[in-house]
Amino acid sequence: MTLRRQPLLMLGVAALGVALPLVVPDYRAQIAMLWALIIMAQTWDITGGQTGYNSFGNILFFGVGMYASVVVQRDVGLDYFPGLVLGMAVGAGIAAALAVLLGSMILRMRGHYFAIATLGLGIAAGEIAGGWDYVGAGSGLSPPLFPAPPATANLFFAYLFFGLAALVFAALALLYRTRFALALNAIRDNEDKAEAMGLHTNLYKITAWAVAAFFLGLVGGAMGNMLGFVDPRDTAFAGATFGVWMVLMAILGGKGTLWGPVLGATIFHITQELLWTHLLGWQRVALGVIIVGIVVFFPQGILGWARTRWPARHGTNERGSERA
Amino acid sequence: MAANVALLGEAPFLILQLLLDGVMIGAIFAVAAYGMALVWGVMNVINVVQGELVMLGGFIAYQLTLWGVSPLWGIPVAAIVLYVIGTGLYYGVIRRVADRDMFISLLATFGLSILLQQLMNQIWGGDVRTAQSGLGTWFLLDYTVTVSQMKAAACGGAIAIGAVLILFLKKSRIGQAIRATAQNPRAARILGIDTNRVFAATYGINAALCGAAGALVVMAYSVHPYIGLPYTVRSFMIVIVAGLGNLPGVIVAGLGLGAAENFAGFILGVQYQVAFVFILLVVILVIRSSLLQRRRQFLK
Repeated sequence: MTLRRQPLLMLGVAALGVALPLVVPDYRAQIAMLWALIIMAQTWDITGGQTGYNSFGNILFFGVGMYASVVVQRDVGLDYFPGLVLGMAVGAGIAAALAVLLGSMILRMRGHYFAIATLGLGIAAGEIAGGWDYVGAGSGLSPPLFPAPPATANLFFAYLFFGLAALVFAALALLYRTRFALALNAIRDNEDKAEAMGLHTNLYKITAWAVAAFFLGLVGGAMGNMLGFVDPRDTAFAGATFGVWMVLMAILGGKGTLWGPVLGATIFHITQELLWTHLLGWQRVALGVIIVGIVVFFPQGILGWARTRWPARHGTNERGSERA
Repeated sequence: MAANVALLGEAPFLILQLLLDGVMIGAIFAVAAYGMALVWGVMNVINVVQGELVMLGGFIAYQLTLWGVSPLWGIPVAAIVLYVIGTGLYYGVIRRVADRDMFISLLATFGLSILLQQLMNQIWGGDVRTAQSGLGTWFLLDYTVTVSQMKAAACGGAIAIGAVLILFLKKSRIGQAIRATAQNPRAARILGIDTNRVFAATYGINAALCGAAGALVVMAYSVHPYIGLPYTVRSFMIVIVAGLGNLPGVIVAGLGLGAAENFAGFILGVQYQVAFVFILLVVILVIRSSLLQRRRQFLK
């Protein structure tokens, strides 16, 4: 996307976000899910695309947010909306704190070791939640009932997730213009040199991961309420769905770009909604095929491809294009 | 939890029992880990689909029992079928990602693991499967310690498979080519070794190894489409503890992991045994990373 046309594009997306739930009321839940997926892809890209630290375990923060929110709603005894707000805030806070704590331990590892460590964390979290009675063990938890009919609930969540997506997009758009983002990109391109230049690379990496965790915690808290149940392995720490999807969507759209994850998530979600229902149980087989296909044949993503195809429009030359 | 620890102190034979059971399954872990180290060392790919290959081998042996064939035949049959599948996977996918950024191959094999896992789920369903071997149980030390004969046989089988593989790598022509390619692929190419074929053979042999191990797993333990990933993680852990190309290290780490897991399952409760495996992975990585940190080096 050229910089000139960006405001127009944002305005268009914002108009869609406001209008869609009213124009096509039957698809409110899917619209809410689309915004949630966009946030997941974008937050994954903070470390994955911008910093070069590919995490397989960001689902951890999503699940922690979901559980924390529902536990707060269950135990604090507020009304629905104050409870939801408090729950999401607590969830996001815990997720960010966890990212700082874990990040300070595992972000020193480079490349694939980090990826595998995060994979381990994500799965371990699901296993622990599945054995822990305080959070309902294997049978999970149910958030309090939304105090209105389902159609209204879906409208609420469509706007809630739209608001969150707008917040995340705006925050990242601003963040990616700062020196901070340049430092992240320097770490991605050559961490040793970045460190030799005097950057406290660890601090940058931890902060970046904590930002991602914070937003994912928010999304998790809201998602638990929208879905109406929290299951340790299928919704909260759902490594085989949301956990992989977020990586896939970011790669599909184009890693390391602001709009790539948005584009990737949109295409992925629409394809999934159109095709998935016809596959009758073979969806996850198809997911495996898609992952392998994209990774093997299209690792640079749509925007990465567009950038090498039309370098002038992106203000880069051939050599300035994204590395796959 | 404390009660379980106290119980161990009061009944030393329980310690022996857990140790025996752990070591017996540890031998199977070591075989899978050796295959992973082979692929990692030769073509620089971390094979995330390792555990699913083990499960697939188990399901093939299980399928044979459904057809009325003894599951013992499953060991060679699974190895052969998996060799073909593994070579196919190499030419279809791995070949295209092997020389790229390691994250790409990591993600590609992760995709393959989801694919295989879901295919197995479609074909054999989501139930836990075992194949009855018809072997009994030994009772030792006044009936305080029991040893399932099948588990002992599986342990022996794992050792035999490992021995055959080592002999193969040392003596056979292709085994020597594999070792040469692992040491220096470029020099191997100059000397006329078709490294592409060597890679395919390496990946196929690894898959065959996993298949044979899986046939042992389905007889002595059980298989399920979704428990492949723990096997992958165990292999990975064993390899990073032992290092590439360190066979005694792989054996010791494998047996140790089996024992540690069994003790953890007993002390923490069985529902946390898988969580223990994954937490242990993170702990091992953090310890290795912080040890390297003192020398200003990184895990990479």
